Amino acid sequence: MKHTLAVLVENKPGVLTHISGLISRRAFNIESIAAGYTEEADTTRITIVVEGDEIEQEQVVNQLSKLVDVIKISDLTAVESIQRELALIKVKASAATRSDIINIVEIFRASIVDVNRETMVIELSGDETKIDALCQVLDDDHGIIEIARTGKIALSRGPIPAKEQ
Amino acid sequence: MIITGAEAIIESLKNENVDVVFGYPGGSVLTLYDALYQAKFRHILTKHEQGAVHAADGYARATGKVGVVIATSGPGATNLVTGIATAYMDSIPLVAITGQVSVPLIGRDSFQEADIRGITTPITKHNYLVKKVEDLPGALKEAFYIARTGRPGPVVVDIAKDVFAASFDYQYPEEVKLRGYRPVFEGDSSILDKVLAEMRLAQKPLIFVGGGVNLSDSSKELKELIDLSGFPVISTLMGLGCLANDHPQFLGMVGMHGTYAANMATTECDLLIGIGVRFDDRVTGLLSEFAAKAKIIHFDIDPAEINKNVIANLRVVGDMRWSLPALNQEVRNVSDELKGQVRTWLEKVRNWYKEKPLTYVQNSDSVMPQAVVEKVSQLTQGDAVIVTDVGQHQMWVAQFYGFKNPRSLLTSGGLGTMGYGLPAALGAQCGLPDRPVILFVGDGGFMMNCQELAAAAEFNFPVKVLILNNQCLGMVAQWQRMFYGGRYSQTSLKGSATDFVKLAEAMGVAGLRVSKPEELEKTLQEALAIPGPVVVDIRIPEVLDVFPMVPAGACLDQMMLGGIEE
Repeated sequence: MKHTLAVLVENKPGVLTHISGLISRRAFNIESIAAGYTEEADTTRITIVVEGDEIEQEQVVNQLSKLVDVIKISDLTAVESIQRELALIKVKASAATRSDIINIVEIFRASIVDVNRETMVIELSGDETKIDALCQVLDDDHGIIEIARTGKIALSRGPIPAKEQ
Repeated sequence: MIITGAEAIIESLKNENVDVVFGYPGGSVLTLYDALYQAKFRHILTKHEQGAVHAADGYARATGKVGVVIATSGPGATNLVTGIATAYMDSIPLVAITGQVSVPLIGRDSFQEADIRGITTPITKHNYLVKKVEDLPGALKEAFYIARTGRPGPVVVDIAKDVFAASFDYQYPEEVKLRGYRPVFEGDSSILDKVLAEMRLAQKPLIFVGGGVNLSDSSKELKELIDLSGFPVISTLMGLGCLANDHPQFLGMVGMHGTYAANMATTECDLLIGIGVRFDDRVTGLLSEFAAKAKIIHFDIDPAEINKNVIANLRVVGDMRWSLPALNQEVRNVSDELKGQVRTWLEKVRNWYKEKPLTYVQNSDSVMPQAVVEKVSQLTQGDAVIVTDVGQHQMWVAQFYGFKNPRSLLTSGGLGTMGYGLPAALGAQCGLPDRPVILFVGDGGFMMNCQELAAAAEFNFPVKVLILNNQCLGMVAQWQRMFYGGRYSQTSLKGSATDFVKLAEAMGVAGLRVSKPEELEKTLQEALAIPGPVVVDIRIPEVLDVFPMVPAGACLDQMMLGGIEE
């Protein structure tokens, strides 16, 4: 089963290396990892998606918690949460195919952020399956040139922040 | 107080009650060494940075204090790596202060530059790179705090060269504020009721002790638990000494080279209470069959140890200085009941212990290494600080010395570092100048850091170095004999046989030799009587195996008993 963990860490150099090093050294299965600033200047929030059973998941949390720069870990799988990824997709687009792509983009509530004679770049945020679905359609019908996807970020619903969970 | 970074380090060391450091100077730490010189701070100069870090480790294990080691940037720092990893695996509190190239030179592949912070990240509890002198006191305060609290471990403080020379207004922080580091001391005490309930249900309980008891200096509380419960006890290598070997409920060491009784009791027990253990593969053998009939209760200070290797039915997370007294209080009320209920089981396992003791083949022509260990035990009344290297002799010491006191066996248990023994013995002797410190070492491991004999001579550390010399890499050869068709690939040391007596003398250390059994006692007595360091080259047979032995990955009850009568 997949777990989404919100890991709050000290905003210091080397912390991300520390975390990714620990994950690979302990051979944990990590599906995605995404880091960014938070509402507090000295805190970075890292969202990690872990694949594994309860025991493995507990080990990931316990081992990460041992790192001195890790302030707090909360499991967003245990609470209602919003989970999003962002994708930028460069797809082959000629004058003839452009309108079909625009239709697809509208269906997915994505947006077109760049167009030229041969390609279009599409931006989509959403959960993983939605992005997968769009990529599938675009690739089958038009051909994708390249994709850039972020790791998943997540936030719990309701008023309680991860640091107080 | 306006002082330099280097002077601030000296002040910080004094604030942490450090009275000795081990180290080796070099370009990036010149300013620090100048400050050490001017402050007349006690410094033990080893012959190699690896020697310095193992010495700091031996000092920490013997005294319970934080060991401090200093090395320069680049190769100086990388020479510490094995020692830091050794300390990390055995949870030993160390602070390693390394010089780094000046801030403007960092990241440019400068002369003697190495990213020691990056290199040591997986083998330290925490590490720092200090690039601003204002950050120095805080980093040192935190380093000592992190090294010694919670589950102890090594911390590296890498300091840029220009930081040592920079002046600033020094103030040592009063307290540490770390948002992400709050070691548990007192855990959830309601769990202890459940532990007690399991103890009352168990018909075949077993207490399983490890290095955590030694590290937390909880042997008194442990003994109380054992006396109150009447439960039989087994130990890991790292736990030896936390309960006296002659205790009537003790079954010896468990695991690959454990006793028949300890391994069989583990296989048969219905409740295993692990205290300060980490269920290492050398202990468990085949994990799926380890204590397969038992419920498992795990006491540890580190929550990440729970369910790492063995799934625990109950977990008691917290410092043993909290959990053991708290449990004893509850056990005290049911002491008679528990003792009554385990009497048959205790009798059974103690009979195993008596009927299949650790033995070895007696040989009147050769000096048997087990006999050497027994003789040393007898001559020191089991009361010396024993240091070992790694290999066959390490296991023979574990099996035959009969440890009586906590912190009396200093050995690289987790990492298994050859070359650890000699420098660690110097560090132990430095910390405990009035105790006899005896090193058992193989001829292979001795050569890995034999340069430190010269340091022993210089500082007159009266360590007794007993080389159990079989002219081969005994443990590797044993595996080659058992599992590789006797093809002794690169394990014979005959071609390079060194005269260790002459080597000792060349470094200013007395050298003695034992070749025949009748010389053993007299020579050992002679060695113990010499006030300074001594090397004794003890010639033992080449082909000997450590028994019992559970082959790697086999179940604990599948022991090859070898010398033990079946």
